[in-house]
Amino acid sequence: MTNNKVKIKTEKLDVFYGQKQALKNVNLEIFNREVTALIGPSGCGKSTYIRCINRMNDVIETCKISGSIKIDGQEINNKQIDVVRLRERIGMVFQKPNPFPKSIYDNVAYGPQIHGLADHKDKLDQIVQTSLKKSALWEEVKDRLDEPGTSLSGGQQQRLCIARAISVNPEVILMDEPCSALDPIATAKIEELMEELKKTFTIVIVTHSMAQAVRVSQRTGFFHLGNLIEVDTTDKMFKNPNNKMTQDYITGRFG
Amino acid sequence: MSKEELLKKRYRAEKRFKFYGLTSVILAILFVLFLVNVIFSKGKGAFSRTTISVEVDFNTEKLEIKNNPTNEEIQDTDFYDLSIESLLNVYKTKGLKEEKDLIRIFSPDYEFEIKNFIIENKGFLNKTTIIELTASDDIDQLNKGNYPRHLPEERRRISDFQLLIYDKLVEDNKIQKTFNTFLFTNGDSRDPELAGVGGSLLGSFFTIIVTLLLSFPIAILASIYLEEFAPKNRITDFIEININNLAAVPSIVFGLLGLGILLGTFDFPRSTPLVAGITLALMTLPRIIIPCRASLKAVPPSIREGALAVGASKVQSVTHHVVPLAIPGTLSGTIIGLAQALGETAPLILIGMVAFVVDLPSSPVDPSASLPVQVYLWSEQAERGFVEKTSATIMILLTFLITMNAFAVYLRQKFERRWS
Ligand SMILES: Nc1ncnc2c1ncn2[C@@H]1O[C@H](COP(=O)(O)OP(=O)(O)OP(=O)(O)O)[C@@H](O)[C@H]1O
Ligand SMILES: [Mg+2]
Repeated sequence: MTNNKVKIKTEKLDVFYGQKQALKNVNLEIFNREVTALIGPSGCGKSTYIRCINRMNDVIETCKISGSIKIDGQEINNKQIDVVRLRERIGMVFQKPNPFPKSIYDNVAYGPQIHGLADHKDKLDQIVQTSLKKSALWEEVKDRLDEPGTSLSGGQQQRLCIARAISVNPEVILMDEPCSALDPIATAKIEELMEELKKTFTIVIVTHSMAQAVRVSQRTGFFHLGNLIEVDTTDKMFKNPNNKMTQDYITGRFG
Repeated sequence: MSKEELLKKRYRAEKRFKFYGLTSVILAILFVLFLVNVIFSKGKGAFSRTTISVEVDFNTEKLEIKNNPTNEEIQDTDFYDLSIESLLNVYKTKGLKEEKDLIRIFSPDYEFEIKNFIIENKGFLNKTTIIELTASDDIDQLNKGNYPRHLPEERRRISDFQLLIYDKLVEDNKIQKTFNTFLFTNGDSRDPELAGVGGSLLGSFFTIIVTLLLSFPIAILASIYLEEFAPKNRITDFIEININNLAAVPSIVFGLLGLGILLGTFDFPRSTPLVAGITLALMTLPRIIIPCRASLKAVPPSIREGALAVGASKVQSVTHHVVPLAIPGTLSGTIIGLAQALGETAPLILIGMVAFVVDLPSSPVDPSASLPVQVYLWSEQAERGFVEKTSATIMILLTFLITMNAFAVYLRQKFERRWS
């Protein structure tokens, strides 16, 4: 590892949904300018974990988070932090595509507009275009930018959400199974995009595809029943994991 | 039972069920048709008016008026003698009794009608012309075929002599039937042929405007706050339960509230659209808040999360994304709430909107009637003319209600969205 700087660090992270504990004492470091893959069986808390990083769990009334989450050394799990500023820096692509029921153009332009990233129309057009190109959607939608985003297919909607997330140039991008609804070609393009993005940004991706984790990530974390079982470089994790459970999961023996 | 029989039984059950359903639908439609038919056949007469052609000689000397009078000067002139003279010219009479009978076939506003005619048509000064004067209620009903003219004379209000005049006038083509604009422009009156819903239309209009201005913004802000910002705890649960309770409170209770607080404590002007509007706004508030909250709730949380995730503030996610999606449901809820308020009678009776008001209101603080109360007032009158006006008012009221509800349905369907 050449750029071994910790971007996100969680310590003793516990998350409860009401009585139910979804994450148990998770200590995880996510490094700058790397892709970190989170894997694990369904319901193990992967989404819960990445939703802590941009404080998206705040919107769930029953959700209680304790422990420390630091970004660039700054604690974000407290009341003082400005979550609006935080989420501007940390983009997110949700597990289920959720485009706004507005035009394709407006879907991508919304973020730059509210943050004042474009002072005139040409600049905004340009941001929309580059974002859609990066998310491999431009060719399919360039002639119908004013159609509603919800009229796209599921995979196209997911790429639209990726374009929306990268349009505001976040430092960190959290992706919750971004390719689960995509065909191999679009998946390849998104993986290319991650390759490109990680030169400047930090990426956390939740995936159920071991092959994808191997292809795109430098580090991999394995969750099981709310516990972080093991985290290491992707190489090590897939070739020679320390933990028996990790071994079983990645070889497809359970989960 | 064999499989065949079971299958047959199932089909029979299905057929029976369809039959019951269809019967209920047909029954419901028949009831509605019956109701509409009754109202329509009773009310349609009110839309026409009977007039009698009268020759009037606008001689300025006889009127003791200048040759080029202003409107005010005409207004101040006495037209009584001219009017009586013109009316008496319609038919030859002998004696005071016959003269009286002749004058009674006209609506008592003849002098006013003649004066108004000349104010609007000054060119006829010093000329003789034919004017259409409104016939009395009895002649109107006689002309519409509703009057029992075959009863013996002492049992009807139209005398034999008046019948004689009427028949002669019909023969001479001097009786006309025209569209009754009075129905829409006049205020209430003791004379059915002159009474109109103009005053109550305006009264209802002002009332609904006051109700809308008060209840809509409050309901919208309250529902947005409760749905999007308020923490979910005992207090908000309590508020929610009570909003639902309030929506179920009988409207007359709100009338008592208006009577006690607005009229009693604050001394607001009685019988006015202002008080009616405030009272109905109180009644309508919970009825608007409930559908508003429902349509806000129907916006999927993923839309809010999508907005928050690109760094929108809570307020931005609500105003940019949630509210626009909830607007159609909100508006249709509001319209239906207002339609209910428009048809409400009981609370208005309590706050004194049953007063007999002849003048048209020109602002929400003028005493006035309202459409449903007008129905109530006229339904208590015995004259045939008021009976048909009652039905006509119901028709007008129903037209407004149906239009408003249709608009609400249109809004809902046009802007209904589906999201992934
Ligand atoms: N809003 C919520 N309210 C209550 N419990 C929740 C909520 N969201 C998640 N959970 C619970 O928390 C646990 C972890 O859920 P999470 O969504 O993080 O799993 P996941 O690893 O992302 O699974 P998947 O791979 O299926 O997406 C699950 O047991 C789930 O039932
Ligand atoms: Mg998940």
